[in-house]
Amino acid sequence: MLEIHNLSISFQRNRASFDRETLSVVSDISLSVQPGEIVALIGASGAGKSLVAHALLGLLPANATMSGEFIFKGKRLSPAGIQELRGREIALIPQSVTHLNPLTRVGKQVYRSARLSGRCADTAHTSCDRTFARYQLADTVKSMYPFQISRGMARRVLTATATAGNANLIIADEPTTGLDPEVSEQSLAHLKELATQGKGVVLITHDLENGVQIADTLVVLYEGMTVEITPARALEENDLIMHPYTRSLWQALPRNGFMSLPPTPSSSTLNRNGCLFAERCPQARPGCRQSAPSLRRVNHKLVRCNHVAG
Amino acid sequence: MKTSAIIHSFWLQKVGRLMLTLALVATLAFTLVNLSPVDPVTAYLGMDRMQIGQEQEQLIVARWGLDKGPVERFFLWTGNALKGDLGRSMIFNEPVTEVIAKRFLTSLNLMACAWLLSGIFGFVLGVLSGLYKNSLLDRCIRLYAYTVASTPSFWMGMVLLAIFSVQLGITPISGAYPPGTTSADATMWQHLHHLLLPAATLSVIGIAQIALHTREKMIDAMNSNYALFAMAQGDSRFGVAVHQALRNIALPAITLQFASLGELFGGSVLAEQVFSYPGLGKATVDAGIRGDVPLLLGITLFSAIFVFGGNTVADLLYTKLDPRITNRSEPL
Ligand SMILES: Nc1ncnc2c1ncn2[C@@H]1O[C@H](COP(=O)(O)OP(=O)(O)OP(=O)(O)O)[C@@H](O)[C@H]1O
Ligand code: SF4
Ligand SMILES: [Mg+2]
Repeated sequence: MLEIHNLSISFQRNRASFDRETLSVVSDISLSVQPGEIVALIGASGAGKSLVAHALLGLLPANATMSGEFIFKGKRLSPAGIQELRGREIALIPQSVTHLNPLTRVGKQVYRSARLSGRCADTAHTSCDRTFARYQLADTVKSMYPFQISRGMARRVLTATATAGNANLIIADEPTTGLDPEVSEQSLAHLKELATQGKGVVLITHDLENGVQIADTLVVLYEGMTVEITPARALEENDLIMHPYTRSLWQALPRNGFMSLPPTPSSSTLNRNGCLFAERCPQARPGCRQSAPSLRRVNHKLVRCNHVAG
Repeated sequence: MKTSAIIHSFWLQKVGRLMLTLALVATLAFTLVNLSPVDPVTAYLGMDRMQIGQEQEQLIVARWGLDKGPVERFFLWTGNALKGDLGRSMIFNEPVTEVIAKRFLTSLNLMACAWLLSGIFGFVLGVLSGLYKNSLLDRCIRLYAYTVASTPSFWMGMVLLAIFSVQLGITPISGAYPPGTTSADATMWQHLHHLLLPAATLSVIGIAQIALHTREKMIDAMNSNYALFAMAQGDSRFGVAVHQALRNIALPAITLQFASLGELFGGSVLAEQVFSYPGLGKATVDAGIRGDVPLLLGITLFSAIFVFGGNTVADLLYTKLDPRITNRSEPL
């Protein structure tokens, strides 16, 4: 359904008046999503997860440049083509309530989204009502402003707004951040439900647990780079072949005893010649700092590490 | 119950602050006037001193305590002011309150025109400029705004006067109605005709400032998270501007517009001077130049109230129009 090939994103930053600096934040990410599949994009804060979603939708900020290509339903996406697909074919469930207009009532925003996806005034109202019912939002919520609703409700409103148009590919950005366990469970269940209906789902999260719970495929990002692409159940089956970063995330999970890594070095001191993870990698060897590893196929997964063997 | 308490305290606070402001302004103005080397008796009686009799002069001197020290005079003046008597203007030979009322009505036409023109055009230009950032349109608007925003209003007035009144002769040189007529028998069209240039002078600069301010707000709004989400739903940039951005930038713009009445007042003083427009601004300059102390003090107090009123309306609008404040006490 969706293929991303070699996506790189960088930012132009003015340091002094004539001194321009190019900051590479996403490099060479490739992934694919099938209908009915949930692909989890996992990475720490600032790894570039949201930017991947924004790039796909053609909504990067003006000072960003990107390269790479997107193939949606077999066709290469052009900037003009993506405009047609937004909301109708590809929907984004954004990261926080700040993505709702603070001065517009919630009901009106869901209705507008339905209208934008190409419905006429009448069917937009019924589809709006239906989404409200599906996400257990009371009718009174319609007349509320975003600042009046709880976090859990906001999550459901965002999901309702994004899915009012019945898109086939759903990108959910951090659907569980800041929610208590029960509500976040519910939020994930909604995504699972969308996948069961045959929609492709990209789940963006910093929490490996989320991915392991509902995703089919995990794409692990480190500093804007894919370090591993693996079937989700491989982790549950305690597969020992994995990238050291993925392993550290896995071991940091509550159920595995919170073993955590030394803190991330700041990106400015990051050695870009060798493996980006070398400073924190428990398995690092001298050679890791000299040559950057490339993504290698090891059995049924892709790993960016020189020292993982099948 | 709770809401009415909030409203109550709002007004209580406002009235308290107004009183404090007026007291400060009055003290300051009075002090400044007394520091200036004008003999108080001459200042209060002006040219009339030759004409009025000794007895009457004594009466006025007693009433305003002109033979007393400045502190005592201040309290006498304050006492009279509290009773609504601001004294007599020497240059107009009328009670100060009447001069202010009449002159303010004349100025009101001018200020209202300039206020509406600059508010509406400034906002529209700012929205377009921000929406089509870096386009040719935006560059033209910015060039205009930056050039004009740094221009003094009296100079702008003289340039317009030189072009439209002197060179082209399509607008009158001065006044609020044709010379030889009175305000009452001048037609509406004649009034408007005389209003044209002073209002343009005032708004040309106002437009620039408001456009630049609105442009920044518009750019922020178009880069906001809610704009991104709306575009992700398939909306066009124009649709996002109309449905999302506009309501978010209109609120601060309206508030700012009311809060800027002080600047408008200041601008009108200069513009009225250039065009000899017989409004409150010209009266202020005349009172200053000819040492009409009662009028000067009266106008100072009045302008303080005027600006304060503008700010209060701004506050009120903000609380009324922004649902985040209006609905604060509402239960979820
Ligand atoms: N407009 C911008 N200009 C410069 N740098 C930017 C800009 N937007 C994002 N970045 C940088 O890109 C990096 C990735 O941002 P992104 O929002 O994709 O992170 P994320 O993985 O979604 O993190 P989070 O979990 O915090 O949402 C960040 O480190 C940020 O500093
Ligand atoms: S290449 Fe070396 S440093 Fe990098 S993850 Fe593999 S073992 Fe660690
Ligand atoms: Mg993010």
